[in-house]
Amino acid sequence: MSTKADEADRRDFLVLAGNAFAAVGGAFTLWPFIQQMNPDANALALATVEIDLSPIKEGQAITVMWRGKPIFIRNRTKDEIAKAGGVALADLADDKARNLALAEGEPATDANRVKKDHENWLVLIGICTHLGCIPKGQSMADAKGEYGGWFCPCHGSHYDTAGRIRKGPAPRNLDVPPYAFLSPTKIKIG
Amino acid sequence: MGAHESSYQPQTRMAKWWDERLPVMRLMNAQFIDFPTPRNLNYLWTFGGILTFCLAAQLATGIVLAMHYQPSAAEAFNSVEHIRRDVNYGWMLRNWHAVGGSMFFLAVYIHIFRGLYYGSYKAPREVLWILGVFIFLAMMATAFMGYALPWGQMSFWAVTVITNLFSSLNEVIPGLGTAVVEWLWGGYSVSGATLNRFFSLHYLMPFVIVGLVVLHVWALHVTGQNNPTGLDIKTKSDSVPMYPYAVAKDAFGLFAFIILFAWFSFFLPDYLGHSDNYIEANPLLTPPHIVPEWYFLPYYAILRAIPSKLGGVVAMFSAVLILVFVPWLDTSRVRSAKYRPVYKWFFWLLVISCLALGYLGAKPPTEDYVFWARIFTLYYFAHFLIVMPIVGILETPKTLPRSITEAVLGKGGGAPAGAASLPEKR
Repeated sequence: MSTKADEADRRDFLVLAGNAFAAVGGAFTLWPFIQQMNPDANALALATVEIDLSPIKEGQAITVMWRGKPIFIRNRTKDEIAKAGGVALADLADDKARNLALAEGEPATDANRVKKDHENWLVLIGICTHLGCIPKGQSMADAKGEYGGWFCPCHGSHYDTAGRIRKGPAPRNLDVPPYAFLSPTKIKIG
Repeated sequence: MGAHESSYQPQTRMAKWWDERLPVMRLMNAQFIDFPTPRNLNYLWTFGGILTFCLAAQLATGIVLAMHYQPSAAEAFNSVEHIRRDVNYGWMLRNWHAVGGSMFFLAVYIHIFRGLYYGSYKAPREVLWILGVFIFLAMMATAFMGYALPWGQMSFWAVTVITNLFSSLNEVIPGLGTAVVEWLWGGYSVSGATLNRFFSLHYLMPFVIVGLVVLHVWALHVTGQNNPTGLDIKTKSDSVPMYPYAVAKDAFGLFAFIILFAWFSFFLPDYLGHSDNYIEANPLLTPPHIVPEWYFLPYYAILRAIPSKLGGVVAMFSAVLILVFVPWLDTSRVRSAKYRPVYKWFFWLLVISCLALGYLGAKPPTEDYVFWARIFTLYYFAHFLIVMPIVGILETPKTLPRSITEAVLGKGGGAPAGAASLPEKR
């Protein structure tokens, strides 16, 4: 064949441009089919809840729902606060605060896991960071693990009294959801 | 399909009319009646037919169950009870479908190990084998989504744990895992939205499997079947026509299998399931011990054996995907392990490892169990990555028979038996 066939000509350009348009158009058409699976307006609407803390006595814990997830609220005892505060950062498996209200890299001190002046209140997303089970430790009778916080029965992760991972396969501390104190006995999550 | 020519002769005018327009009878005749099958196939070769039966049974029972099932978080659990108690024969159809899943996996595991033992993955059957691995993957996805549908405690928490595997992608790109998981869930947790889409996909996937099976059978009929000697069909006396020989043998194997199927369906319908799945899903309460169905236990053990979340997920998926590379990992020139005195023992070690991992997957993740799970996980991967390439090079295989006929009839085996010759005696 002559070299002419090897040179890009008008037809090659049209074929390329046509295929490119078809590919881009195909990708745009695909998008709604993918996007429809993301959380819908209904799920997004359940974004905040208000919780009254007054009935929770020291040492007790309750579980509430926020965005379909369990939220652990524990009124910690003095002893539990002291235990959580006395841990060196170097002893933690995950030294990040994992507090959604704080910046990404903040250290996982007990102070960074709670709100100032409300150190007894520990509010956590009660979902094990390993594979999403609900850790035990909310009810008085539950096994609370080796560090007195929570214990996930699925794959054996132990959390301490600040909800930090201390032992087991979970990679991260329990997340602290964004919340604020509306009054000393009322919080808004979300 | 295969190079094999059809001997089909349309007998009636009607048949002739069709043959000139859509020669489907000619195709069926060539591929499923006259098709030459090795004369030495043993009962392990009946599992292809058994698996076809399983797929058809799951489709038939599944389609009718979907007429009564309601894929909503509020109604799913009750509608399964409704099927079991109120729907005419619902108890039976539902048991067939639930037990059928287990039977399907039992058959596919035997089928896969048969292929591994007799080297059915070797040239020229690589594509056939890889299509099989894809069918296996599609079966796993289907079974996982189907298990969600009764919306019991195990359904809910199995979905939670398995979908959360994808959150390990956060360790690759922060935020990616969370985005993927929320996309899969359609919310911030497993919910009715998740159940609904799983139902849709659970109905879709079997048809994907049907498509893959058509390709699998097509590839099989291009290369022809492997057989216990691993030798190719060289002469007519090496083979018998599929009908009636292989068909009769397949039918006998299938009936034996159906007896087992019926025994579980009618006498032990819940034996292979977990009793916690008769408790309705509760997003606030994790069962004390989450276990998958028995057929996923070895993979679950591998997942838990690796002390890193991402690593565990990667190992679990690799355990299946490594099968894709088996045709090239095995360096031996001999197909069948029958003639491989060293590899044979390693093969049984692999079988033992898989069974042991299955046992360990059902146990709580305490230190002793995890230790043994690590040992067997290590062997599982070493078998494919180290044993297969090295043993294939170092081992001296036994002398192969010159032909399938010789293997069956002995040396100088005389005239082939009447049954063997194709097709001029028929």
